[in-house]
Amino acid sequence: MIELLPLLSGQAVTFWICAVIAIVGAVGVVASSKPVYSALCLALVMVALAAIYASLQADFLFAVQIIVYTGAVLMLFLFVIMLVGVSSRDHLAETLKGHRVAAIVAAVALVALLALATGNALTDQPVGLDAIEADGYLQALAQLIFQRYVIAFEATAALLITAAVAAMVLAHPKRLRPKPGQAALMGERLAAYAASGRHPGPLPASGVTAQHNSLATPALLPDGAVALQSVSATVASRMPPASPDELIGPLAATLAAMNQPAALPPGPSSTASPPGESGEPPDTLDETEIVTPDSPAEAEAVTPDSPDEAETVMDTPDGAEAVTADESASGAEAVNSADSTDEADTKDEADTTDKADTKGEAGTKTPVADPAAGEGGQP
Amino acid sequence: MNPDLYLVLAAILFTVGLVGFIIRRNALILFMSTELMLNAANLVLVSSSWVQGKLDGQVAAFFVMVVAAAEVVVGLSLIVTIFRARRSTSVDSESLLKG
Repeated sequence: MIELLPLLSGQAVTFWICAVIAIVGAVGVVASSKPVYSALCLALVMVALAAIYASLQADFLFAVQIIVYTGAVLMLFLFVIMLVGVSSRDHLAETLKGHRVAAIVAAVALVALLALATGNALTDQPVGLDAIEADGYLQALAQLIFQRYVIAFEATAALLITAAVAAMVLAHPKRLRPKPGQAALMGERLAAYAASGRHPGPLPASGVTAQHNSLATPALLPDGAVALQSVSATVASRMPPASPDELIGPLAATLAAMNQPAALPPGPSSTASPPGESGEPPDTLDETEIVTPDSPAEAEAVTPDSPDEAETVMDTPDGAEAVTADESASGAEAVNSADSTDEADTKDEADTTDKADTKGEAGTKTPVADPAAGEGGQP
Repeated sequence: MNPDLYLVLAAILFTVGLVGFIIRRNALILFMSTELMLNAANLVLVSSSWVQGKLDGQVAAFFVMVVAAAEVVVGLSLIVTIFRARRSTSVDSESLLKG
């Protein structure tokens, strides 16, 4: 035994810490009103007891306590609590008069009896398990379990298999009424439709708008109203119902902005068209716009320099972007080949004019529109 | 280290479990109180194994754990079955067998 302090061994320190934890946890098991709290307090007791077992040289039981009790039994408790009673508060009112007082008096008497009378029975000086541990703790334990107590061990196996079968038999639900077929279900639906006018078909799916497609987004009816049935009742009860303006407002605003040609600057950019007509990319403007970026990073760097052109690019969604990507990819290849043939240092150099020159040679269609683009696209 | 302290701790844990078993009405908490009492008994077994210098107490505690696990499995499935039929886990509501 390790002496931490005079008169105080490591075992004693473990005992006093874990005993306090265990008693507090035990009181928590009994006194908490929710079963989940009780289960967690019980886990605390189990772990504290496991530490005490370890200090009592019971290494095997230390592991079994953690694995079996805290790991399996308590998780089973938690599963059952989640199944049956997680929301049920136990009513702590007394059902029998004087019940609780009598219980506590009896408890105090029992503690006095056990601690004072029976507790004195074990006053021998403890022998300890050091001799057994020297010969091999696990070997000695296995010899006991598999030789002297082998009958009990086999009976344990029978008990466990019986318990498993019993749990399956008990927990398997028995059907109280026959399962309704499809014809019966359809008859019920149509009867409900005839009686109360409830829609017999499937419920509407949740909504997909320009900015929302989650299950919490309600669908919109043809008249623009919100279809509350399209959202799960659980979600609808927790979230404020969205108004139709909130749902399609951003989309309507975007459409209005796209259909407003006055917002765009005059000049070549006036050829920009709403998305319905953009089958082919715009010609005059995007010729310069497409050729100038040599790589995707540069394409982003170009657009802020010319805000009006950036707007036109954003207005033509698919075709123009695809073309831009293709052109920039080929341009980047050209730059790469030029780099490899030229000198390997060109990329690493921070000299922007040199780099811009190299790219200007590499871009075969037209020279770079503005050198600022090359500056911004420096890797 | 006085070995009586372990017995006192076990007595306190056992009594707390017993009080919980008497005053609570939720069947799940009754089961947890039973586990508490079983653990107190295990503590006595393990500490007396240490005092006596023999491993038999640890083996006994091991068997107690196995039996407790089996008991919890059956008991919890009983609770689930009763809850399914009666929509309650309170032991006060199970009074069908009362004469």
